[in-house]
Amino acid sequence: MSFFKDLDLRKLGMQLLVASIITLSVSAIGMVELFGGRFVITGLFTMAQILFLGPTAFFAYRAAQEAPAGKKWLGLLKALLLGVGVGIVMFTFVWLAQNFDVRSVFINISPRLINILSFEHAGGATTLFLALVGSALAGGALALVPDKLRKALLLGASITLLVGLLSEILAERLRSLFSSQLSSAIIASKALQVIPATVLFVLVSAISYLRQSGRIGTGKIGPDLKPSQAKIVRTALISLLLLVLPMLLGSYLTEVTNNIGLFFLMGLGLNIVVGLAGLLDLGYVAFFAIGAYTMAALTSTGHLGVAGISFWVALPICVAVAALAGFILGMPVLRMRGDYLAIVTLGFGEIIRILALSDLMKPYIGGAQGILNIPKPTVGDLALIRPEQMYYVILIGVAIAMFMSTRVRDSQIGRRWMAMREDEDVAEAMGINLVNTKLLAFTIGAGFSGLAGAIFASKLGSIFPHSFNLLISINVLSLIIVGGLGSIPGTLVGAIILVGLPELLREFAEFRWLAYGVLLVTMMLSRPEGFIPSETIKRELHAGDEAAEQAG
Amino acid sequence: MAMLEVNNIHTYYDKIHALKGVSLHVDQGEIVTLIGGNGAGKTTTLRTISGLLKPREGSVKLNGEDLSKYPAHELVYKGVSMVPEGRGVFAKLTVEENIEMGAYIDNDKARIEHNKEGAFTRFPRLKERRKQVAGTLSGGEQQMLAIARALMAQPKLLLLDEPSMGLAPILVDGIFDTIKEINKEGTTVLLVEQNASMALAIAHRGYVLQTGEIVLSDKADKLAKNETVQKAYLGID
Repeated sequence: MSFFKDLDLRKLGMQLLVASIITLSVSAIGMVELFGGRFVITGLFTMAQILFLGPTAFFAYRAAQEAPAGKKWLGLLKALLLGVGVGIVMFTFVWLAQNFDVRSVFINISPRLINILSFEHAGGATTLFLALVGSALAGGALALVPDKLRKALLLGASITLLVGLLSEILAERLRSLFSSQLSSAIIASKALQVIPATVLFVLVSAISYLRQSGRIGTGKIGPDLKPSQAKIVRTALISLLLLVLPMLLGSYLTEVTNNIGLFFLMGLGLNIVVGLAGLLDLGYVAFFAIGAYTMAALTSTGHLGVAGISFWVALPICVAVAALAGFILGMPVLRMRGDYLAIVTLGFGEIIRILALSDLMKPYIGGAQGILNIPKPTVGDLALIRPEQMYYVILIGVAIAMFMSTRVRDSQIGRRWMAMREDEDVAEAMGINLVNTKLLAFTIGAGFSGLAGAIFASKLGSIFPHSFNLLISINVLSLIIVGGLGSIPGTLVGAIILVGLPELLREFAEFRWLAYGVLLVTMMLSRPEGFIPSETIKRELHAGDEAAEQAG
Repeated sequence: MAMLEVNNIHTYYDKIHALKGVSLHVDQGEIVTLIGGNGAGKTTTLRTISGLLKPREGSVKLNGEDLSKYPAHELVYKGVSMVPEGRGVFAKLTVEENIEMGAYIDNDKARIEHNKEGAFTRFPRLKERRKQVAGTLSGGEQQMLAIARALMAQPKLLLLDEPSMGLAPILVDGIFDTIKEINKEGTTVLLVEQNASMALAIAHRGYVLQTGEIVLSDKADKLAKNETVQKAYLGID
């Protein structure tokens, strides 16, 4: 009986069910069909194939991993069973779709979809079955591979896949930086060629494997550098890279980077309010709007402009106005905690947006028509019009905000925020003035957001109330949570993933937002502390694990 | 002159009259205990002294200076530290971070280090666990941590709210020994306790609080022998 116990059929059944449902869903909602012709590696496999084979491989891997130690072959058996199971489901699905017309209900289950699923040839249902079993076995086999090698292989595969997905943008870059011959040698019809893909995969896997074994590049740059010197070299290299980045990236990618930068800036501010001080603010977009509208009113050359001053003079004023708004909002909510605070700030965010739309404010800030003719920043006689020029303005803003964030976090003020986040009463007993501490968090956080808003207004040249909806607040909150609450590098990673990737993956149309949702849910389930968590949050979420480890 | 002088304070929770004219005093170098049953107003008295609650009438004076004009967080600067009921450690921070947080008002790095070493010498258990998250400490260790943290501010007067609550008897002994030791080193202590026998054993003087009023006050050893006290709080018939 222990054989069946080790097999854990109940759990396996559940995994089989989930894998089948995911595979059926991606087919039935039209994702597979959309990507049927989208090769990731030219002539070898398409995006669609990854979609309908991937889930099976993943769950087979999970199932195989759970096999008891010492009976690893059982893992392969589990993977095989799972593959056969999903295979039967999909075989039946294709057979049903071929023989009955279900399109009146499921409009996406088209002959084209069936063609893709059956690998474009008659009798392909059997091929599909075999392919599913094959990917399940591959997934299962991966679980048997030693840890280091598996990590290396997975990293290699993910990087290759990512490059394959972004190959169109990459091809354009290669063309303009090097030559079109090189570009088409590596990338053809939106996909990686087979040979470069293989080279990339092998290279990434090999480097990753060797690094893990400690044979190369264990953090040391040169042989004779002290850690402090190494740090200087590293900082210098990063600064240099950041300075030349727009030239490497070209207009489009720089524009994406600029958006990431602005959201990173907002994230840094919200990180202080939510991550350090623990005050859940859902109306953060309000300060962004206030910064943007202040910039617009002060600098616009249109009929709504009031001062006509230059960007650089207006910038500190915008930050000050937003910070003041943060201070003012802070006062009535001083005594609120948690959920109540979230609701009040949510309301504040909406008030600002509706005020911007209202007839009351229309004579000053233009109502739904917004404010137009906001000039770009100028340096001497040069107007910073192109994204590559705007990039430096944002870079400076981000650099200042990062410097301030780090210094404040490590100072006595940062301590105060953390103490307050943990326990307000004890913090007060410790000699911490809660009123000042809360107001300071709101004020500094709002100031960062105002800075982002001011640059945003100037970058766009015109602003409208609908740019400042609730979704921005939610997006900024999501990015600091996905990145890792309270962590500055985490905020950057969050901004890249939640702002940068959706922009780069435009060809995925509305499915981008599906992926976005899936990512958020999976993140919260499997890695709630975020990609690069701060120490405290990591401890908090994994305190149970450690205790269990110590006990076991 | 008394170090702490509480004069006829009346404290309310909205309409509930919780303290009905409590007066007490603590002299320099003393351990004074405030005992009483559940709901007698012990914690309310302590919270009023520390400024977390404001009395509607009466005054709290420290070395002659009226404390009621200061918000709670400024009391630390006046030399008053409080260990709140239920210990109130920062559960998600490590032991060491908790202790450092206690030195929040101190800007002298050398002194902080020195005091920290002192705390670790006093509580070797905490030194062993300095990197551990405070929430995973046992109840007794958390109480030690709360006391160590309060001492980091180098208070003249230490307010302790029910340090024995929820602890095993053997740990209670240890905590009370520590309190006695701290007192010998020069810190004045006001101790609120339900565990009357232990409190009276280490205190110099004691007050008995009943439904918001002081009903008895005397030297600790005399209170321990008092018939009413024995019946009501010490469980001796």
